[in-house]
Amino acid sequence: MFVGIDIGSSSSKVAILNENKELVGLAVENLGTGTNGIQIVLDKAFTQAGVTPEDIKYTVVTGYGRMTYEGADTQITEISCHAKGTAFFNCDAKTIIDIGGQDAKVIKIDAAGNVSNFNMNEKCAAGTGRFLEVMARVLDCKLGDLSDLAKASKKDVSISSVCTVFAESEVISCLSAGESISDVAKGAHRAVARRVAGMYNRVSGEPPVVMTGGVALNADMITCLSDELKTTVTPVSHPQLAGAVGAAVFAYEKYHKAKK
Amino acid sequence: MGEERKSSKQLLAELQAKHYADAQQAKAEGKPVAWSASIAMQEILEAMDIAVVYPENHAAAIGARKESMEFINNAEGRGYSTDICSYARVNIGYSDIKHAEAQDIPLPDFVFCCDNLCNTVLKWYENLAKDLNIPMVLVNTPFVYDDEVPERSVKYMRKEFDHVIRQLEEITGKKMDPKRLEEVMETSNEAAKWWKAAYSTAVKNPSPLSGFDMFNYMAAAVTMRGKKETVELFRTWHDELKERGEAGMGPWKPGEDEKYRVLWDGIACWTNLSTTFKTLKKYGVNVVCSTYPDIWNLRYGSNDLDGLVKAYAEHYANRSIKFSVDKMSALAEEFQLDGILYHSNRSCKLMDFRQYEIQRQVEARTGIPYVSFDGDQTDPRIFSDAQYETRIQALVEVMENKKNAKGGK
Ligand code: SF4
Repeated sequence: MFVGIDIGSSSSKVAILNENKELVGLAVENLGTGTNGIQIVLDKAFTQAGVTPEDIKYTVVTGYGRMTYEGADTQITEISCHAKGTAFFNCDAKTIIDIGGQDAKVIKIDAAGNVSNFNMNEKCAAGTGRFLEVMARVLDCKLGDLSDLAKASKKDVSISSVCTVFAESEVISCLSAGESISDVAKGAHRAVARRVAGMYNRVSGEPPVVMTGGVALNADMITCLSDELKTTVTPVSHPQLAGAVGAAVFAYEKYHKAKK
Repeated sequence: MGEERKSSKQLLAELQAKHYADAQQAKAEGKPVAWSASIAMQEILEAMDIAVVYPENHAAAIGARKESMEFINNAEGRGYSTDICSYARVNIGYSDIKHAEAQDIPLPDFVFCCDNLCNTVLKWYENLAKDLNIPMVLVNTPFVYDDEVPERSVKYMRKEFDHVIRQLEEITGKKMDPKRLEEVMETSNEAAKWWKAAYSTAVKNPSPLSGFDMFNYMAAAVTMRGKKETVELFRTWHDELKERGEAGMGPWKPGEDEKYRVLWDGIACWTNLSTTFKTLKKYGVNVVCSTYPDIWNLRYGSNDLDGLVKAYAEHYANRSIKFSVDKMSALAEEFQLDGILYHSNRSCKLMDFRQYEIQRQVEARTGIPYVSFDGDQTDPRIFSDAQYETRIQALVEVMENKKNAKGGK
């Protein structure tokens, strides 16, 4: 059995592969680095796969918390793991958009899931999941409701500020000027999509484009990205788990390479 | 002689100390002291025996001592925006506070500015001159849009050169001695030659030079090109590196192998030198070259004044995107680069505004992977350790893939 662990800033994810490179365990827990979320999610995935820690041959850890986790054989960046995970699910993608809690990245990959180029957001939170969290808070809705709200939008409201803090006050003035919550939610999605499109162009992204990371669960965000990039963006299956799956594939490959 | 030869490291430390001590002493003796931009025609000042301090170099030293925030806060408190180059903010802060643990410098009697690096420096020096009520001497160097420095620019700068000498004669009450100028030009040329020879030893694979040492020695290339001792320093450093190279030694201690060779674009993060260096070293990444040390490879013929002014206009900072792309692509080949590291330096608009386009074109031409990270030369608030490490590690993973694909192990 081969384990991939992805420790993010606000959630922990685990994927387990068996000897035949089949996915036998997948789990998410909304507790990130520095919490006991990792143990909870590991236990869940072990139970699901019907294995015990003794069955594990190799473990790879990735994500924001990878440096401080001590139970793995190797640590690999999210960039490489998302690429590997994507190739595992969907072999013909050429570009991956991953919007996570802390950062956003655009990754170009080859057929084997190797990264050929990538671009990440600058130090600020613009264009990341955190931006959407802040927007949801100002709009007084759940993060998961943003998509449905935005879909009901009837009018273009532009959020032009690239800074999360300024965008927050921009949204508040939009609301007090009488704009609807739906239109503002759509505007926020477009702002993120524009930001990501800039990164996409910088690495000369190419279709087919897929999306990984938690934000890929937001259907309207996918629509906005597709509009902005003028190509269909498809979420991978289990987008939130792409990094953990990639880490598990690396665990599988590293173990077999070492045995040779 | 019998005496043991000094290492370049000792020479560098001694020279730096002397550089600042000389400036302090000149001030104490009532001789004029200049604050000069880093790529200004120091030949004139040296030939006229004027003590010089370089605020950019001084700010870097303050940054490396992790002292810069005190000066930045002072400048920002007096109304300077956070968006202004942090060298300017540190120096403007120093002109008011007048003391730094890292190094004290005398206040200037005039400022000597050359705008061949950016426009920020022009406004920065104008403000110093106004605040301190001292003269500003300026050499304006037209930007070079074409492949060559146009003849009209050379003519224009030559006239300025003569005018600057007259201005300085007035300020100091002394006459310029053309013979002395010729001598200083000779020395400066020689120093530049050995500076280039020393860092070019990194062409060897593995490189005997660790790129972060190059950042340290650069201080002498910036501040003391016109001194005979500097020629000696760079020659000694070159010989040491050559010897290391011939012995098959890499950049670090035995057993610490250079696995990847990268170019560092932009200025160092002086406030985070140790983290930026150690993270790279941890993954076996050596900075074998950089775009800007070459700026101080200022070369011209013997007593060739046209050549001198031209050299000050034709370096990297004063050139077009095309020149930068050609230059980087050539470095990639010469130094057998595995990757390129772009420091997106919040301070330096000159270098940053063109960086995306340079990245795009260099990648298209060379296919070499790259990564950019946010940082700043002396404002410690911009850099983030975790973000830097993730980017470096991801670049290493891409470089590793490329090596494997090429048929490595
Ligand atoms: S760092 Fe950039 S902005 Fe600052 S003085 Fe140098 S060239 Fe100008």
